[in-house]
Amino acid sequence: MRTMAVSLRHELIGLAGVVERNVYLTRRYLVWDLAFFVWTVANTLTIVFIAEGIEATGGEIDVGRVTTQLLIGAVVWAYLGIIFEFITETVAWERWEGTIEYTFMAPLSRAMHLGGSGVFAVLYGLVRAILLFAVVALFFGLSMPEANFLAALVILLVASVAFFGIGMMTAVLPLISPEKGAQLGFVAQGMLLVVSGVYYPVSVLPGWMQWLATISPATYALEGIRAAILDGAPLTALWGDVWPLLLIGAACIPLGLWVFSRGERYAKKHGKLKRSG
Amino acid sequence: MTEAVNVRELRKEFTRKDRKTGRRRVPALDGVSFTIARGECVAILGQNGSGKSTLVRLLSTLLLGDGGTAEVFGHDVFREPRAVQRLVTRVSVDASFFKKMSAAENLGYASRFYGMTHAQTKESIPAILERVGFPADRRGEPMENLSRGMQQKVALARALLTSPVVLLLDEPTTGLDPRSKLEVQQFVREIRARHDATILLCTHDLAEAESLAERVGILDRGRLLALETVPELLARYAAATLEEAFFAATGRGFEDEVDEEDARQREVFA
Repeated sequence: MRTMAVSLRHELIGLAGVVERNVYLTRRYLVWDLAFFVWTVANTLTIVFIAEGIEATGGEIDVGRVTTQLLIGAVVWAYLGIIFEFITETVAWERWEGTIEYTFMAPLSRAMHLGGSGVFAVLYGLVRAILLFAVVALFFGLSMPEANFLAALVILLVASVAFFGIGMMTAVLPLISPEKGAQLGFVAQGMLLVVSGVYYPVSVLPGWMQWLATISPATYALEGIRAAILDGAPLTALWGDVWPLLLIGAACIPLGLWVFSRGERYAKKHGKLKRSG
Repeated sequence: MTEAVNVRELRKEFTRKDRKTGRRRVPALDGVSFTIARGECVAILGQNGSGKSTLVRLLSTLLLGDGGTAEVFGHDVFREPRAVQRLVTRVSVDASFFKKMSAAENLGYASRFYGMTHAQTKESIPAILERVGFPADRRGEPMENLSRGMQQKVALARALLTSPVVLLLDEPTTGLDPRSKLEVQQFVREIRARHDATILLCTHDLAEAESLAERVGILDRGRLLALETVPELLARYAAATLEEAFFAATGRGFEDEVDEEDARQREVFA
């Protein structure tokens, strides 16, 4: 029992070490992060302006509501991008710096190693998502008196478990292909959101894509967050979105770890951990 | 005598693609066997592509073997990687750090993986950096501002910080200026004396091998041709110097390149 407790303590210290490292690196690249934030704001504006564009071309819509709907889609897109980017960079960045072999030969479980990246990604992603939402909402002067932001935050956090699991599956890509693997993470992000109703209702999708939407955690995250912010739905009313997220999360974490372990085994078999690949 | 490292018929092959010959399996290590006693320092000499780094990577749990066995203090390297990882650390030719982070931050990051808290490393990191001769006023500087010699000292400090039982040194002084080279070699001696560490040193440097190791091995094209004390090696090959012994064992001079095609196929194993 005591051995297990000591071992768990070591693992948690290792997890904290990954978080600590990401804090250092984020501080060092803070100016770049600000630049990327400006880009994200600009990108979000191009999407959110669509609501006003529809009205300007004669469409009859509730501009405020559609603007908020689009904003939520863009914020979830950006949040998912950060989660995938950080978890994928667990491998890609270390390979670029040449530290990957030192990290992979350290006595730390891969769950804690990747978990450290996941914890930091969620914290950092939340800060960026909240800032992005606030900046764009202020830009458009959106009024959301009914919004239940706390419930929206809880939904995003619950969804993050599943996002992290999927992120682990994409993190394996730079192990298999050192040159192109990291970019494939963006493909996964796009595929996930296109079937999840990121800027439109899932009902407009073809049947087979609607089926995919039912197993995508982003579908329930978007539905739940929109219900909480647009309609002020309390958390109790969002159980229909929470339980699928919990279920998908419970499946994605072990699946993500398994996929990563297979990728790591492949990399060790074929000598892909080496810096030059 | 306790065996720290026990390698038996270890094999590792990689697949290479070639326009002329298509896919083919190239042996990086071909039935290598040796043991290292606890507290012993063994040097392995070999040209680029001889399989030295593959051997170090296999013992570091960074590669999976294709045959044979490798044990560190009785733990199977491939079946019990976690137990081996607690005992082994490595210093390679590339210091490999997060370039924007400082020496102290990089050491802190590495030590967390070995269960050391911030409170534990607050004093031990400055102490270890001082021991390797790293200037105190540069602890907070990004690694990218440091010379290769300085970075290699931090790499040694990283290895020492985790109190390794087995230290794998993969060309630790390659590319260093003569002074830094001597400092690193002196530090390796100190680690042995103070920590009773077992050391496997893979190197091109004949003088370094002779001065640091009790036994010297010759690895050529994945095969370990000999592993003996320097006098035994000289006697076996009727040679006056280690370089002559290397030539007699391999049929090539130490600095000669192997034939071009072979070098190209094997360069990845360096």
